Amino acid sequence: MVPLFYNARSLWARRLSTGLTVVGLGLVVFVFSAVLMLANGIESALASGGDASNAVILRKGATGELVSGVERDAVRILTTDPAVASGPDGAPLVSGELVVLVTLPRGGTQEMNTTARGISAGSFTARPEVRLVSGRKPRSGTNEVALGSALVGSSPDATLGGELHFAQQRWPVVGVFEARGGAFESELWADATRLGAAFGRDGFSSALVRLRSPVAVADFVKRVEADPRFTLEAKPEPEYWADQASGLATFIRVLGLFVSFVFSVGAVLGAMITMYAQVATRIAELGMLRAVGFRRRSVLASVVAESAMLGAAGGVLGALGALATRWIHIRTLNFQTFAEVSFGFTPTPGIVVGALLFGTLMGLLGGLLPALRAARLSILDALRA
Amino acid sequence: MSLEAVPAALPMVRLEGVSKTYRRGTVAVPVLEAVDLSIATGAFEAFMGPSGSGKSTLLNLISGLDRPSTGIVEVAGRNLAELDDRELSDWRAAHVGFIFQLYNLIPVLTAAENVELPLLLTPLSRAERRRHVAAALDLVGLSHRVSHRPPQMSGGEQQRVAIARAIVTDPDLIIADEPTGDLDRKAAEAVLDLFGVLHQELHKTLVMVTHDPHAAERAGRVHHLEKGVLQ
Ligand SMILES: Nc1ncnc2c1ncn2[C@@H]1O[C@H](COP(=O)(O)OP(=O)(O)OP(=O)(O)O)[C@@H](O)[C@H]1O
Ligand SMILES: [Mg+2]
Repeated sequence: MVPLFYNARSLWARRLSTGLTVVGLGLVVFVFSAVLMLANGIESALASGGDASNAVILRKGATGELVSGVERDAVRILTTDPAVASGPDGAPLVSGELVVLVTLPRGGTQEMNTTARGISAGSFTARPEVRLVSGRKPRSGTNEVALGSALVGSSPDATLGGELHFAQQRWPVVGVFEARGGAFESELWADATRLGAAFGRDGFSSALVRLRSPVAVADFVKRVEADPRFTLEAKPEPEYWADQASGLATFIRVLGLFVSFVFSVGAVLGAMITMYAQVATRIAELGMLRAVGFRRRSVLASVVAESAMLGAAGGVLGALGALATRWIHIRTLNFQTFAEVSFGFTPTPGIVVGALLFGTLMGLLGGLLPALRAARLSILDALRA
Repeated sequence: MSLEAVPAALPMVRLEGVSKTYRRGTVAVPVLEAVDLSIATGAFEAFMGPSGSGKSTLLNLISGLDRPSTGIVEVAGRNLAELDDRELSDWRAAHVGFIFQLYNLIPVLTAAENVELPLLLTPLSRAERRRHVAAALDLVGLSHRVSHRPPQMSGGEQQRVAIARAIVTDPDLIIADEPTGDLDRKAAEAVLDLFGVLHQELHKTLVMVTHDPHAAERAGRVHHLEKGVLQ
C-alpha cells in the first residue's frame, strides 16, 4: 500500500484547490444534513405531542382538528365509556376541544396564523407533558388565555400580562406553558365555550379522551369506530401528532435530498477535476511508484483514497456547519394545520454519520476516473513526464 | 573485469536477439536491433551513445519496465517474458533498484519516507524497515538529513537519497539512467564514488547509461550503442 500520509500531504501541498474543493463538497453535505436535521426538528416539534394513554376523537375521515367537528352530544356519550379515566374531582377525563386559527400581529404590518385551542376542564389534566412555567391556567367562562412558550414574544402583546386582540375581543394572557418541545408550545389555549362564542361555533373540533391505561387505547379506538351513534374515529394521541408532522417533514426531506443530489453532481465533478489535476501534476511520482514495483491496483487505491479524504474533509466541514444551525430557530406555516409552528434543527448521530459517509462517497465517486487514469498510465510515459 | 571465482556463474543479465520497434501511427520505428548481451553478476557496466540511440530503451528492457518486440531478456536466470504485468511489478520490487536522471523523489515525503517506499512492498516490520532505511541513508552519507524533504536538498543530495532508495531492498540489479546528467562535477563524483562502493564492497550488479566519459570510466566495461545496434 502507498501510505495514506503521502495522499494527505499531497492534498495539503496544493491546499488552495484542495480547500476550494472541500468547501464545495462541504456545502453539499451542509445542505444534506441541515435538511435532514430540519425535517427531524419538525417531526420532534410536532410529533412529540401526545400521551400514550390519550385518544383523539375526530370526525371520520378528518385529517386534522381544524377540519373536524364533534357534536356536544357525542362528547357526552363518550364520557360513559368504561375505560375512560377520571380526574381528581371524579369527573371523566373527556375534553371537547375547539381548534380555530387566529390572526395575531407580528409587529409592523405582518400577521401570523396561530392555532387557538379551546379547552375544557380535563384538557390540562389529560396532558401531563403540558406544564405551566409562569402565571396560571385560564379560568373557564372567561377570555383568559395561556400561551405556549414558543409564542411568547412572537407577537407584540404575546407575553404574560399582555392582552391579545382577535375576533373583536380582548384576551388577557394569564399563563405560559411548555410541552416538552411539542406542538402545543406553538398554540394558545382559551376556554372552549368562550372561543366558540367569539367565532360563532357550536360544538367542538375534537375530543381528547384519557383512558385508564395505555393498553386500553386500542380497544377504545375499535369501540368508537364501531359505535352506530356517531360517525367518529379515534386515534392514539401520539399517532395523531406524528401524522400531523409527517407531511411537512416528508416534503422537506424529499425536497432537501433532491437538492442535495443535484448539487452533489457538481461537487463530484469538482472533486474529479481536482483529482485529475493531482494525477496530472504527479505523473512522474506515480510512474516511479509503478517502476519500483507498486501494482496498478495500489496506485488506483491510492488515488481513490486521496479523493475519499477530500470527500471526508468536506463531510466533516458540512456536518460541523450543520451542527452550528442548532442555535437557529424557525417559525413557519405547517400547511397541514395552517398554523405557525416553531422548530429547530435537530441533529442525530445517524445524520452526522450519514453526512460523513455522503461526503466520503462523493469524494470516492469523483476519484474513480482519475484513479483509473493513474492506474492505466504507461510507466515509461509517466517517467518521461 | 574478471568473472569472479566461479566461471560457470550465471550472468545477471542475458539478452539474445533482442529488438524493439515502436509504432508511431502507421510507421514502425526500429529502436533496437538484434542485441546480444551478457552482463556478469557483480559487474559494473556502462552504456554510451548518441541521443536517440536506444540506451534508455535497452535499460527499460533489462529492468522489466518494457518488453522486447523479439528476443529473450533473462535477468538473474529468469526469462521476463514468462511474467505477466502484475508478476513483473512484483519481480521489479524484489530484484531491481532504480536510479533516475531526475531522482524522481516524492517532494512531500521526507528523505527517510522516500527511501522506505520500496520496503512497503516487502513483509518487513516497521522496526525492520526503519533499520534498513537508516542503514541505507547512512551508506549514502545522509544520516543527518533523514527528515528533510527533497525541495530542501541539493541535486546531489537528492540523487544520493534516490540511491539509498534503490539499494534499501538489497536488489540483485541496480539500474541507473544518466544518474549524473543533472549534477555538477562535484556532486557527480560523489554519486560515482557511491557506485564504486556498491560495486566493490557490496558486490552489486550495476548497469548505467551515461553521456559523461568521466562517469563511464568508473565502469568495468563500456558498451556503445549506435542507432539501436550494439557496437
Ligand atoms: N514510446 C515510444 N514511442 C515511440 N518512439 C519511442 C518511444 N520511446 C522511445 N522512442 C524512440 O526511440 C528512440 C530511442 O529512444 P531512447 O530513449 O532509448 O534513446 P536514448 O538513447 O536513451 O536517448 P537520450 O540519450 O536522449 O536519452 C528515440 O528515437 C525515441 O524517439
Ligand atoms: Mg535516455
